[in-house]
Amino acid sequence: MSVDAATVKKIASLARIAITDEEVAKIAPELDNILGWIEQLGEVDCTGVEPMTAVIANTLRLRDDAVTDGGKRDAVLANAPQAEHGFFTVPKVIE
Amino acid sequence: MTNLTDLGVRELRDGVRAGTFSASEVADAHIVAVSKAKQLNAFLVETPDHAIAAAKEADAARAAGQTLKPLAGVPIGMKDLFCTKGVQSAAASHILEGFKPEYESTVSQKLWDAGAGMLGKLNMDQFAMGSSNETSYFGNVISPWRRADGGNAPLAPGGSSGGSSASIAARLCPAATGTDTGGSIRQPAAFTGIAGIKPTYGRCSRWGIIAFASSLDQAGPMARDVRDCAIMLEAMSGFDPKDSTSLQLDVPKWEAGLNASLAGKRIGIPKEYRVDGMPAEIEALWQQGIDWVKDAGAEVVEVSLPHTKYALPAYYIIAPAEASSNLARYDGVRYGLRDLPEGANLQEMYAATRAAGFGAEVKRRILIGTYVLSAGFYDAYYTQAQKVRTLIARDFDRAWETCDLLLTPTAPSAAFALGEKSADPIAMYLNDVFTVPSSLAGLPAMSVPGGLDKAGLPLGLQVIGKALDEQGVLDACLAIEERAGFNARPEAWW
Repeated sequence: MSVDAATVKKIASLARIAITDEEVAKIAPELDNILGWIEQLGEVDCTGVEPMTAVIANTLRLRDDAVTDGGKRDAVLANAPQAEHGFFTVPKVIE
Repeated sequence: MTNLTDLGVRELRDGVRAGTFSASEVADAHIVAVSKAKQLNAFLVETPDHAIAAAKEADAARAAGQTLKPLAGVPIGMKDLFCTKGVQSAAASHILEGFKPEYESTVSQKLWDAGAGMLGKLNMDQFAMGSSNETSYFGNVISPWRRADGGNAPLAPGGSSGGSSASIAARLCPAATGTDTGGSIRQPAAFTGIAGIKPTYGRCSRWGIIAFASSLDQAGPMARDVRDCAIMLEAMSGFDPKDSTSLQLDVPKWEAGLNASLAGKRIGIPKEYRVDGMPAEIEALWQQGIDWVKDAGAEVVEVSLPHTKYALPAYYIIAPAEASSNLARYDGVRYGLRDLPEGANLQEMYAATRAAGFGAEVKRRILIGTYVLSAGFYDAYYTQAQKVRTLIARDFDRAWETCDLLLTPTAPSAAFALGEKSADPIAMYLNDVFTVPSSLAGLPAMSVPGGLDKAGLPLGLQVIGKALDEQGVLDACLAIEERAGFNARPEAWW
Protein backbone atom coordinates (compact mmCIF):
# COMPACT_ATOMS: atom_id res chain seq x y z
CA MET A 1 0.00 0.00 0.00
CA SER A 2 1.12 3.54 -0.30
CA VAL A 3 0.81 6.53 1.97
CA ASP A 4 -0.84 9.40 0.12
CA ALA A 5 -1.37 13.02 1.05
CA ALA A 6 -4.85 12.40 2.44
CA THR A 7 -3.50 9.70 4.78
CA VAL A 8 -0.73 11.97 6.04
CA LYS A 9 -3.24 14.74 6.74
CA LYS A 10 -5.49 12.31 8.59
CA ILE A 11 -2.74 10.92 10.84
CA ALA A 12 -1.33 14.39 11.47
CA SER A 13 -4.79 15.43 12.57
CA LEU A 14 -5.05 12.37 14.84
CA ALA A 15 -1.61 13.23 16.26
CA ARG A 16 -2.64 16.90 16.73
CA ILE A 17 0.24 18.23 14.66
CA ALA A 18 -0.53 21.10 12.31
CA ILE A 19 0.93 20.41 8.90
CA THR A 20 1.24 22.48 5.71
CA ASP A 21 0.68 21.17 2.21
CA GLU A 22 4.40 21.52 1.49
CA GLU A 23 5.20 19.40 4.55
CA VAL A 24 2.64 16.80 3.49
CA ALA A 25 4.29 16.58 0.07
CA LYS A 26 7.67 16.00 1.72
CA ILE A 27 6.54 13.60 4.45
CA ALA A 28 4.25 11.33 2.39
CA PRO A 29 7.05 9.65 0.38
CA GLU A 30 9.23 9.42 3.52
CA LEU A 31 6.54 7.61 5.46
CA ASP A 32 5.73 5.47 2.44
CA ASN A 33 9.37 4.44 2.23
CA ILE A 34 9.66 3.65 5.95
CA LEU A 35 6.37 1.75 6.09
CA GLY A 36 7.33 -0.18 2.96
CA TRP A 37 10.53 -1.25 4.70
CA ILE A 38 8.61 -2.21 7.85
CA GLU A 39 6.20 -4.36 5.87
CA GLN A 40 8.73 -7.19 5.62
CA LEU A 41 7.49 -8.17 9.10
CA GLY A 42 4.41 -9.58 7.38
CA GLU A 43 6.51 -12.46 6.04
CA VAL A 44 7.25 -13.81 9.54
CA ASP A 45 5.07 -16.77 10.47
CA CYS A 46 3.68 -15.89 13.88
CA THR A 47 1.12 -18.66 14.12
CA GLY A 48 0.54 -19.47 17.77
CA VAL A 49 2.95 -16.75 18.99
CA GLU A 50 1.73 -14.48 21.77
CA PRO A 51 2.53 -10.78 21.46
CA MET A 52 5.19 -9.61 23.93
CA THR A 53 3.80 -7.88 27.00
CA ALA A 54 6.82 -7.74 29.32
CA VAL A 55 10.47 -8.28 28.37
CA ILE A 56 11.55 -9.26 31.85
CA ALA A 57 9.18 -11.34 33.96
CA ASN A 58 7.83 -9.07 36.69
CA THR A 59 4.74 -8.98 38.84
CA LEU A 60 2.48 -6.01 39.08
CA ARG A 61 2.85 -4.67 42.56
CA LEU A 62 -0.08 -3.36 44.53
CA ARG A 63 0.16 -0.79 47.26
CA ASP A 64 -2.25 0.32 49.90
CA ASP A 65 -5.00 2.51 48.52
CA ALA A 66 -3.88 5.51 50.53
CA VAL A 67 -2.84 9.07 49.81
CA THR A 68 0.97 9.19 49.65
CA ASP A 69 1.62 12.57 48.13
CA GLY A 70 -0.09 15.79 47.19
CA GLY A 71 -0.78 19.34 48.25
CA LYS A 72 1.66 20.69 45.67
CA ARG A 73 -0.55 22.93 43.60
CA ASP A 74 2.01 25.64 43.06
CA ALA A 75 4.73 23.18 42.10
CA VAL A 76 2.37 21.51 39.65
CA LEU A 77 1.55 24.84 38.05
CA ALA A 78 5.08 26.22 38.14
CA ASN A 79 5.91 25.30 34.54
CA ALA A 80 2.52 26.07 33.02
CA PRO A 81 2.61 28.38 29.98
CA GLN A 82 -0.42 30.11 31.51
CA ALA A 83 -1.97 29.65 34.95
CA GLU A 84 -4.47 31.81 36.80
CA HIS A 85 -6.10 31.54 40.23
CA GLY A 86 -4.48 28.13 40.80
CA PHE A 87 -5.67 26.63 37.53
CA PHE A 88 -4.18 25.81 34.13
CA THR A 89 -5.80 28.10 31.62
CA VAL A 90 -6.66 27.34 28.01
CA PRO A 91 -8.56 29.14 25.24
CA LYS A 92 -12.31 29.26 25.76
CA VAL A 93 -13.92 25.91 24.88
CA ILE A 94 -17.56 26.70 25.67
CA GLU A 95 -19.30 29.42 23.70
CA MET B 1 51.09 16.92 38.76
CA THR B 2 48.65 14.68 36.89
CA ASN B 3 46.02 16.38 34.85
CA LEU B 4 42.90 15.71 36.92
CA THR B 5 40.65 15.60 33.85
CA ASP B 6 42.63 12.60 32.56
CA LEU B 7 41.58 10.51 35.55
CA GLY B 8 38.61 8.18 35.60
CA VAL B 9 35.90 7.64 38.20
CA ARG B 10 37.87 5.14 40.28
CA GLU B 11 41.06 7.21 40.23
CA LEU B 12 39.22 10.38 41.24
CA ARG B 13 37.26 8.62 43.97
CA ASP B 14 40.37 6.92 45.36
CA GLY B 15 42.52 10.04 45.02
CA VAL B 16 40.03 12.16 46.97
CA ARG B 17 39.76 9.44 49.64
CA ALA B 18 43.55 9.26 49.95
CA GLY B 19 43.91 13.03 49.99
CA THR B 20 46.14 13.05 46.89
CA PHE B 21 43.98 15.94 45.68
CA SER B 22 40.82 17.58 46.95
CA ALA B 23 37.36 17.16 45.49
CA SER B 24 37.26 20.91 44.94
CA GLU B 25 40.40 20.74 42.78
CA VAL B 26 38.77 17.96 40.78
CA ALA B 27 35.55 19.94 40.30
CA ASP B 28 37.46 23.10 39.31
CA ALA B 29 39.56 21.27 36.71
CA HIS B 30 36.48 19.80 35.08
CA ILE B 31 34.50 23.04 35.21
CA VAL B 32 37.34 24.76 33.35
CA ALA B 33 37.51 21.94 30.77
CA VAL B 34 33.75 22.21 30.17
CA SER B 35 33.89 25.99 29.81
CA LYS B 36 36.67 25.75 27.22
CA ALA B 37 34.92 23.15 25.05
CA LYS B 38 31.95 25.17 23.75
CA GLN B 39 32.83 24.21 20.17
CA LEU B 40 31.80 20.61 20.88
CA ASN B 41 28.30 21.81 21.91
CA ALA B 42 28.12 18.87 24.32
CA PHE B 43 26.63 20.81 27.25
CA LEU B 44 23.23 22.52 27.04
CA VAL B 45 23.39 23.90 30.58
CA GLU B 46 26.48 24.20 32.76
CA THR B 47 25.96 23.76 36.49
CA PRO B 48 29.30 24.55 38.14
CA ASP B 49 27.61 25.43 41.44
CA HIS B 50 26.18 21.92 41.72
CA ALA B 51 29.58 20.34 41.14
CA ILE B 52 31.30 22.72 43.57
CA ALA B 53 28.71 22.11 46.30
CA ALA B 54 29.14 18.34 46.04
CA ALA B 55 32.92 18.74 46.09
CA LYS B 56 32.84 20.94 49.18
CA GLU B 57 30.68 18.41 50.93
CA ALA B 58 33.18 15.66 50.07
CA ASP B 59 36.13 17.75 51.27
CA ALA B 60 34.33 18.67 54.49
CA ALA B 61 33.44 15.04 55.13
CA ARG B 62 37.04 14.00 54.65
CA ALA B 63 38.31 16.79 56.91
CA ALA B 64 35.89 15.61 59.59
CA GLY B 65 37.20 12.07 59.30
CA GLN B 66 33.93 10.68 57.96
CA THR B 67 33.68 7.76 55.54
CA LEU B 68 33.29 9.18 52.07
CA LYS B 69 30.31 8.31 49.90
CA PRO B 70 30.82 5.95 46.93
CA LEU B 71 31.13 8.74 44.37
CA ALA B 72 32.38 11.55 46.61
CA GLY B 73 34.62 13.85 44.62
CA VAL B 74 33.44 12.65 41.21
CA PRO B 75 31.80 15.27 38.95
CA ILE B 76 29.66 13.85 36.16
CA GLY B 77 27.54 14.91 33.20
CA MET B 78 23.78 14.34 33.13
CA LYS B 79 21.98 13.58 29.89
CA ASP B 80 19.23 16.14 29.26
CA LEU B 81 16.61 13.37 29.29
CA PHE B 82 16.85 13.20 33.11
CA CYS B 83 14.70 15.60 35.08
CA THR B 84 16.87 17.62 37.43
CA LYS B 85 15.21 19.85 39.98
CA GLY B 86 15.40 23.52 39.10
CA VAL B 87 17.68 22.91 36.11
CA GLN B 88 16.33 22.96 32.57
CA SER B 89 15.42 19.45 31.40
CA ALA B 90 14.36 19.74 27.79
CA ALA B 91 15.27 16.41 26.14
CA ALA B 92 17.07 18.74 23.71
CA SER B 93 13.68 19.82 22.35
CA HIS B 94 12.06 23.18 21.71
CA ILE B 95 8.75 22.07 23.21
CA LEU B 96 10.39 21.60 26.63
CA GLU B 97 12.77 24.54 26.35
CA GLY B 98 12.80 26.33 29.68
CA PHE B 99 11.15 23.46 31.55
CA LYS B 100 12.63 23.35 35.06
CA PRO B 101 11.31 20.29 36.88
CA GLU B 102 10.05 20.63 40.43
CA TYR B 103 11.45 17.15 41.12
CA GLU B 104 14.54 15.03 40.61
CA SER B 105 14.67 11.78 38.62
CA THR B 106 15.35 8.69 40.72
CA VAL B 107 18.60 7.87 38.92
CA SER B 108 20.04 11.39 39.22
CA GLN B 109 18.97 11.55 42.88
CA LYS B 110 20.77 8.27 43.53
CA LEU B 111 23.93 9.70 41.99
CA TRP B 112 23.74 12.85 44.13
CA ASP B 113 23.05 10.69 47.20
CA ALA B 114 26.22 8.75 46.31
CA GLY B 115 28.18 12.02 46.45
CA ALA B 116 28.54 12.83 42.75
CA GLY B 117 28.26 16.42 41.54
CA MET B 118 26.73 17.66 38.29
CA LEU B 119 28.80 19.57 35.74
CA GLY B 120 25.78 20.19 33.54
CA LYS B 121 23.09 18.85 31.26
CA LEU B 122 24.27 17.07 28.15
CA ASN B 123 23.06 17.57 24.61
CA MET B 124 21.40 14.62 22.87
CA ASP B 125 19.15 13.70 19.99
CA GLN B 126 15.77 15.34 20.53
CA PHE B 127 13.66 13.06 22.79
CA ALA B 128 16.43 10.46 22.29
CA MET B 129 15.31 9.93 18.69
CA GLY B 130 18.41 9.67 16.56
CA SER B 131 21.75 7.95 16.12
CA SER B 132 23.99 10.92 15.36
CA ASN B 133 22.95 13.77 17.66
CA GLU B 134 21.74 15.73 14.64
CA THR B 135 18.13 16.01 15.83
CA SER B 136 18.82 18.23 18.86
CA TYR B 137 16.96 21.54 18.77
CA PHE B 138 20.12 23.10 20.21
CA GLY B 139 22.45 22.04 17.40
CA ASN B 140 24.70 19.11 16.66
CA VAL B 141 27.23 17.80 19.11
CA ILE B 142 30.62 17.62 17.37
CA SER B 143 32.68 14.54 18.13
CA PRO B 144 36.11 15.34 19.58
CA TRP B 145 37.48 12.72 17.18
CA ARG B 146 38.66 13.58 13.67
CA ARG B 147 39.67 11.37 10.79
CA ALA B 148 43.40 11.09 10.27
CA ASP B 149 43.01 12.36 6.69
CA GLY B 150 43.59 15.96 7.74
CA GLY B 151 40.18 16.95 6.35
CA ASN B 152 38.73 17.87 9.75
CA ALA B 153 35.19 16.95 8.67
CA PRO B 154 33.01 17.25 11.78
CA LEU B 155 32.02 13.75 12.87
CA ALA B 156 28.95 12.42 14.65
CA PRO B 157 29.50 11.47 18.30
CA GLY B 158 26.73 8.88 17.90
CA GLY B 159 23.31 9.15 19.42
CA SER B 160 21.17 9.63 21.14
CA SER B 161 23.59 10.03 24.09
CA GLY B 162 26.00 12.09 21.94
CA GLY B 163 26.70 14.84 24.46
CA SER B 164 27.58 12.14 26.99
CA SER B 165 29.93 10.30 24.64
CA ALA B 166 31.62 13.43 23.32
CA SER B 167 32.20 14.98 26.74
CA ILE B 168 33.69 11.78 28.19
CA ALA B 169 35.98 11.21 25.19
CA ALA B 170 37.05 14.88 25.33
CA ARG B 171 37.91 14.59 29.05
CA LEU B 172 35.27 17.12 30.08
CA CYS B 173 33.86 14.63 32.57
CA PRO B 174 34.96 11.17 33.70
CA ALA B 175 31.49 9.67 33.37
CA ALA B 176 27.95 10.55 32.41
CA THR B 177 24.49 9.12 32.38
CA GLY B 178 23.05 7.82 29.16
CA THR B 179 19.80 6.20 28.18
CA ASP B 180 19.38 3.41 25.69
CA THR B 181 16.16 2.59 23.84
CA GLY B 182 17.66 0.87 20.78
CA GLY B 183 21.39 1.48 21.19
CA SER B 184 21.66 5.06 22.44
CA ILE B 185 24.35 4.24 25.03
CA ARG B 186 26.30 1.61 23.11
CA GLN B 187 26.54 3.14 19.64
CA PRO B 188 27.80 6.57 20.83
CA ALA B 189 30.23 4.79 23.17
CA ALA B 190 31.60 2.84 20.19
CA PHE B 191 31.84 5.99 18.04
CA THR B 192 33.93 7.82 20.64
CA GLY B 193 36.19 5.11 22.05
CA ILE B 194 34.58 4.83 25.48
CA ALA B 195 32.59 2.19 27.39
CA GLY B 196 28.87 2.14 28.10
CA ILE B 197 26.44 -0.40 29.48
CA LYS B 198 22.69 -0.74 29.13
CA PRO B 199 21.62 -2.89 32.07
CA THR B 200 18.71 -5.33 32.15
CA TYR B 201 15.37 -3.59 31.60
CA GLY B 202 14.11 -2.65 35.07
CA ARG B 203 17.50 -2.31 36.83
CA CYS B 204 17.43 1.51 36.71
CA SER B 205 14.26 3.37 37.53
CA ARG B 206 12.65 5.22 34.65
CA TRP B 207 10.97 7.66 37.04
CA GLY B 208 11.83 11.22 36.05
CA ILE B 209 13.41 10.21 32.74
CA ILE B 210 11.53 11.91 29.91
CA ALA B 211 9.81 8.98 28.22
CA PHE B 212 10.46 7.89 24.65
CA ALA B 213 9.44 4.20 24.36
CA SER B 214 8.67 2.95 27.83
CA SER B 215 9.02 -0.79 27.20
CA LEU B 216 12.55 -0.21 25.89
CA ASP B 217 13.94 2.87 27.70
CA GLN B 218 16.68 2.05 30.16
CA ALA B 219 19.29 4.27 31.79
CA GLY B 220 22.93 3.30 32.09
CA PRO B 221 26.40 4.74 32.62
CA MET B 222 29.04 5.79 30.13
CA ALA B 223 32.69 6.18 31.15
CA ARG B 224 36.18 5.56 29.86
CA ASP B 225 36.59 2.03 31.18
CA VAL B 226 34.68 -1.00 32.36
CA ARG B 227 35.41 -0.57 36.05
CA ASP B 228 34.18 3.02 36.00
CA CYS B 229 30.94 1.86 34.38
CA ALA B 230 30.53 -0.78 37.11
CA ILE B 231 30.97 1.86 39.83
CA MET B 232 28.45 4.19 38.20
CA LEU B 233 25.94 1.42 37.51
CA GLU B 234 25.96 0.38 41.16
CA ALA B 235 25.03 3.91 42.16
CA MET B 236 22.32 4.25 39.49
CA SER B 237 20.55 0.91 39.93
CA GLY B 238 18.00 -0.26 42.45
CA PHE B 239 14.33 -0.78 43.13
CA ASP B 240 12.02 2.19 42.90
CA PRO B 241 8.36 1.91 43.87
CA LYS B 242 7.62 4.87 41.60
CA ASP B 243 8.39 2.82 38.46
CA SER B 244 5.98 -0.08 37.96
CA THR B 245 8.54 -1.95 35.83
CA SER B 246 11.39 -1.51 38.33
CA LEU B 247 12.88 -4.85 39.42
CA GLN B 248 12.61 -5.52 43.14
CA LEU B 249 16.14 -6.91 43.50
CA ASP B 250 19.24 -6.03 45.48
CA VAL B 251 21.99 -4.27 43.55
CA PRO B 252 24.95 -6.62 43.07
CA LYS B 253 28.46 -5.46 44.01
CA TRP B 254 29.55 -5.32 40.38
CA GLU B 255 32.83 -3.49 40.96
CA ALA B 256 34.02 -5.87 43.68
CA GLY B 257 32.87 -8.81 41.55
CA LEU B 258 34.93 -7.88 38.47
CA ASN B 259 36.94 -10.82 37.16
CA ALA B 260 38.69 -10.80 33.80
CA SER B 261 39.09 -14.56 33.62
CA LEU B 262 36.56 -16.13 31.29
CA ALA B 263 37.50 -19.73 32.15
CA GLY B 264 34.41 -21.91 31.91
CA LYS B 265 32.42 -19.28 29.98
CA ARG B 266 30.94 -20.07 26.58
CA ILE B 267 30.72 -17.08 24.27
CA GLY B 268 28.37 -17.25 21.32
CA ILE B 269 29.00 -15.65 17.94
CA PRO B 270 25.63 -15.05 16.25
CA LYS B 271 26.03 -15.89 12.58
CA GLU B 272 23.19 -13.59 11.50
CA TYR B 273 25.24 -10.58 12.64
CA ARG B 274 27.60 -11.09 9.68
CA VAL B 275 25.58 -8.64 7.62
CA ASP B 276 26.13 -7.87 3.97
CA GLY B 277 28.44 -4.99 3.34
CA MET B 278 30.04 -5.03 6.77
CA PRO B 279 33.38 -3.20 6.49
CA ALA B 280 36.40 -5.52 6.53
CA GLU B 281 37.80 -3.62 9.50
CA ILE B 282 34.71 -4.40 11.59
CA GLU B 283 34.98 -8.09 10.59
CA ALA B 284 38.64 -8.07 11.55
CA LEU B 285 37.95 -6.43 14.90
CA TRP B 286 35.22 -8.97 15.62
CA GLN B 287 37.69 -11.80 14.89
CA GLN B 288 40.22 -10.06 17.12
CA GLY B 289 37.60 -9.94 19.88
CA ILE B 290 36.97 -13.67 19.45
CA ASP B 291 40.71 -14.30 19.85
CA TRP B 292 40.81 -12.10 22.95
CA VAL B 293 37.98 -13.88 24.75
CA LYS B 294 39.55 -17.26 23.86
CA ASP B 295 42.81 -16.00 25.31
CA ALA B 296 40.89 -15.10 28.48
CA GLY B 297 39.78 -18.71 28.77
CA ALA B 298 36.36 -18.67 27.10
CA GLU B 299 35.07 -21.32 24.75
CA VAL B 300 33.69 -19.76 21.56
CA VAL B 301 30.66 -21.29 19.85
CA GLU B 302 28.63 -20.27 16.82
CA VAL B 303 24.97 -19.61 17.57
CA SER B 304 21.95 -18.65 15.50
CA LEU B 305 19.46 -15.83 16.19
CA PRO B 306 17.22 -16.47 13.19
CA HIS B 307 14.91 -13.47 13.58
CA THR B 308 17.68 -10.87 13.74
CA LYS B 309 16.79 -9.25 10.40
CA TYR B 310 13.29 -8.49 11.68
CA ALA B 311 14.46 -6.70 14.82
CA LEU B 312 14.86 -3.27 13.21
CA PRO B 313 11.48 -3.19 11.43
CA ALA B 314 9.79 -4.46 14.63
CA TYR B 315 11.60 -1.76 16.60
CA TYR B 316 10.47 0.91 14.14
CA ILE B 317 6.88 -0.03 14.85
CA ILE B 318 7.08 -0.52 18.62
CA ALA B 319 9.24 2.48 19.49
CA PRO B 320 7.28 5.05 17.42
CA ALA B 321 3.98 3.56 18.66
CA GLU B 322 5.02 4.05 22.28
CA ALA B 323 6.50 7.45 21.46
CA SER B 324 3.30 8.68 19.83
CA SER B 325 1.49 7.77 23.03
CA ASN B 326 4.11 9.14 25.44
CA LEU B 327 4.54 12.42 23.56
CA ALA B 328 0.79 13.08 23.54
CA ARG B 329 1.37 14.86 26.85
CA TYR B 330 3.02 17.85 25.17
CA ASP B 331 -0.06 19.91 24.55
CA GLY B 332 0.91 23.42 25.56
CA VAL B 333 -1.20 23.31 28.71
CA ARG B 334 0.82 22.00 31.64
CA TYR B 335 4.45 22.70 30.78
CA GLY B 336 6.69 23.70 27.94
CA LEU B 337 5.90 25.65 24.82
CA ARG B 338 2.48 27.05 23.95
CA ASP B 339 1.76 28.36 20.47
CA LEU B 340 -1.61 30.10 20.42
CA PRO B 341 -2.30 31.67 17.02
CA GLU B 342 -4.67 34.64 17.03
CA GLY B 343 -8.22 33.40 17.43
CA ALA B 344 -7.24 29.74 17.74
CA ASN B 345 -9.40 27.32 19.67
CA LEU B 346 -8.09 24.61 22.00
CA GLN B 347 -7.62 21.96 19.29
CA GLU B 348 -5.82 24.45 17.08
CA MET B 349 -3.60 25.41 20.00
CA TYR B 350 -2.57 21.78 20.51
CA ALA B 351 -1.77 21.33 16.82
CA ALA B 352 0.11 24.63 16.51
CA THR B 353 2.10 23.98 19.69
CA ARG B 354 3.14 20.52 18.60
CA ALA B 355 3.97 21.68 15.07
CA ALA B 356 6.22 24.43 16.45
CA GLY B 357 7.70 22.41 19.31
CA PHE B 358 8.72 19.09 17.77
CA GLY B 359 11.58 18.61 15.32
CA ALA B 360 11.29 16.77 12.00
CA GLU B 361 12.45 13.36 13.25
CA VAL B 362 10.17 13.50 16.29
CA LYS B 363 7.21 14.38 14.08
CA ARG B 364 8.13 11.58 11.69
CA ARG B 365 8.10 9.04 14.51
CA ILE B 366 4.89 10.35 16.06
CA LEU B 367 3.21 10.08 12.65
CA ILE B 368 4.51 6.53 12.09
CA GLY B 369 3.37 5.57 15.58
CA THR B 370 -0.04 7.13 15.10
CA TYR B 371 -0.40 5.34 11.77
CA VAL B 372 0.54 1.86 13.04
CA LEU B 373 -1.79 2.24 16.03
CA SER B 374 -4.72 3.59 14.02
CA ALA B 375 -7.92 1.66 13.46
CA GLY B 376 -7.55 -1.02 10.80
CA PHE B 377 -3.76 -1.18 10.99
CA TYR B 378 -3.20 -2.04 14.65
CA ASP B 379 -3.09 -5.83 14.24
CA ALA B 380 -1.16 -5.86 10.98
CA TYR B 381 1.57 -3.62 12.37
CA TYR B 382 1.63 -3.32 16.15
CA THR B 383 0.39 -6.77 17.18
CA GLN B 384 2.56 -8.42 14.52
CA ALA B 385 5.61 -6.46 15.75
CA GLN B 386 4.98 -7.55 19.35
CA LYS B 387 4.73 -11.17 18.17
CA VAL B 388 8.02 -10.83 16.31
CA ARG B 389 9.44 -9.34 19.49
CA THR B 390 8.45 -12.55 21.31
CA LEU B 391 10.30 -14.55 18.64
CA ILE B 392 13.39 -12.35 18.98
CA ALA B 393 13.42 -12.85 22.76
CA ARG B 394 12.95 -16.59 22.18
CA ASP B 395 15.99 -16.61 19.85
CA PHE B 396 18.10 -15.33 22.74
CA ASP B 397 16.61 -17.88 25.16
CA ARG B 398 17.56 -20.67 22.76
CA ALA B 399 21.06 -19.25 22.35
CA TRP B 400 21.53 -19.36 26.12
CA GLU B 401 21.17 -23.14 25.96
CA THR B 402 24.61 -23.29 24.32
CA CYS B 403 26.35 -20.14 25.50
CA ASP B 404 26.54 -17.66 28.41
CA LEU B 405 27.27 -14.42 26.56
CA LEU B 406 27.26 -13.11 22.99
CA LEU B 407 30.03 -11.15 21.28
CA THR B 408 29.25 -8.87 18.33
CA PRO B 409 30.41 -5.57 16.86
CA THR B 410 28.57 -2.61 18.40
CA ALA B 411 27.87 -0.73 15.18
CA PRO B 412 28.23 -1.55 11.48
CA SER B 413 30.67 1.32 10.87
CA ALA B 414 32.92 3.82 12.59
CA ALA B 415 31.61 7.35 13.21
CA PHE B 416 30.29 8.99 10.05
CA ALA B 417 30.46 12.66 9.20
CA LEU B 418 27.64 14.94 10.32
CA GLY B 419 25.17 15.31 7.47
CA GLU B 420 26.29 12.10 5.77
CA LYS B 421 23.19 10.09 6.65
CA SER B 422 20.67 12.64 7.84
CA ALA B 423 18.85 12.76 4.47
CA ASP B 424 17.94 9.06 4.57
CA PRO B 425 16.04 7.95 7.70
CA ILE B 426 16.40 4.24 6.97
CA ALA B 427 20.18 4.47 6.46
CA MET B 428 20.31 6.16 9.86
CA TYR B 429 18.08 3.52 11.45
CA LEU B 430 20.38 0.74 10.15
CA ASN B 431 23.11 2.02 12.46
CA ASP B 432 21.35 0.27 15.31
CA VAL B 433 21.23 -3.14 13.62
CA PHE B 434 23.42 -4.81 16.26
CA THR B 435 22.05 -3.03 19.32
CA VAL B 436 18.28 -3.18 18.76
CA PRO B 437 17.72 -6.95 19.16
CA SER B 438 19.02 -7.02 22.75
CA SER B 439 16.95 -3.91 23.52
CA LEU B 440 13.81 -5.65 22.28
CA ALA B 441 14.66 -8.58 24.59
CA GLY B 442 15.49 -6.33 27.58
CA LEU B 443 18.95 -7.85 27.97
CA PRO B 444 22.09 -6.26 29.46
CA ALA B 445 24.57 -5.23 26.77
CA MET B 446 27.78 -3.23 26.79
CA SER B 447 30.11 -1.62 24.28
CA VAL B 448 33.84 -1.53 24.94
CA PRO B 449 36.52 0.02 22.69
CA GLY B 450 38.38 -2.54 20.57
CA GLY B 451 40.70 -0.51 18.38
CA LEU B 452 40.97 2.10 15.66
CA ASP B 453 40.14 1.84 11.97
CA LYS B 454 42.41 3.02 9.14
CA ALA B 455 41.09 6.55 9.49
CA GLY B 456 42.09 6.55 13.16
CA LEU B 457 38.53 6.31 14.48
CA PRO B 458 37.43 4.06 17.36
CA LEU B 459 35.51 0.83 16.87
CA GLY B 460 33.57 -0.94 19.59
CA LEU B 461 32.76 -4.52 20.50
CA GLN B 462 29.47 -5.44 22.15
CA VAL B 463 28.85 -8.13 24.75
CA ILE B 464 25.25 -9.20 25.37
CA GLY B 465 24.29 -11.20 28.46
CA LYS B 466 21.38 -13.07 29.96
CA ALA B 467 18.83 -11.05 31.88
CA LEU B 468 20.35 -9.84 35.17
CA ASP B 469 23.86 -11.03 34.25
CA GLU B 470 25.47 -7.59 34.17
CA GLN B 471 28.43 -9.14 35.99
CA GLY B 472 29.07 -11.57 33.14
CA VAL B 473 28.84 -8.74 30.62
CA LEU B 474 31.20 -6.48 32.60
CA ASP B 475 33.69 -9.34 33.10
CA ALA B 476 33.84 -10.20 29.42
CA CYS B 477 34.25 -6.53 28.53
CA LEU B 478 37.03 -6.25 31.11
CA ALA B 479 38.81 -9.23 29.52
CA ILE B 480 38.54 -7.53 26.12
CA GLU B 481 39.62 -4.17 27.53
CA GLU B 482 42.75 -5.66 29.11
CA ARG B 483 43.76 -7.25 25.83
CA ALA B 484 42.80 -4.37 23.55
CA GLY B 485 44.94 -1.95 25.56
CA PHE B 486 42.94 0.87 23.98
CA ASN B 487 44.51 4.16 25.02
CA ALA B 488 43.88 6.31 21.96
CA ARG B 489 42.30 9.68 22.61
CA PRO B 490 41.31 12.61 20.44
CA GLU B 491 43.75 15.46 20.19
CA ALA B 492 42.30 18.55 21.89
CA TRP B 493 41.56 20.89 18.93
CA TRP B 494 38.61 22.65 20.58
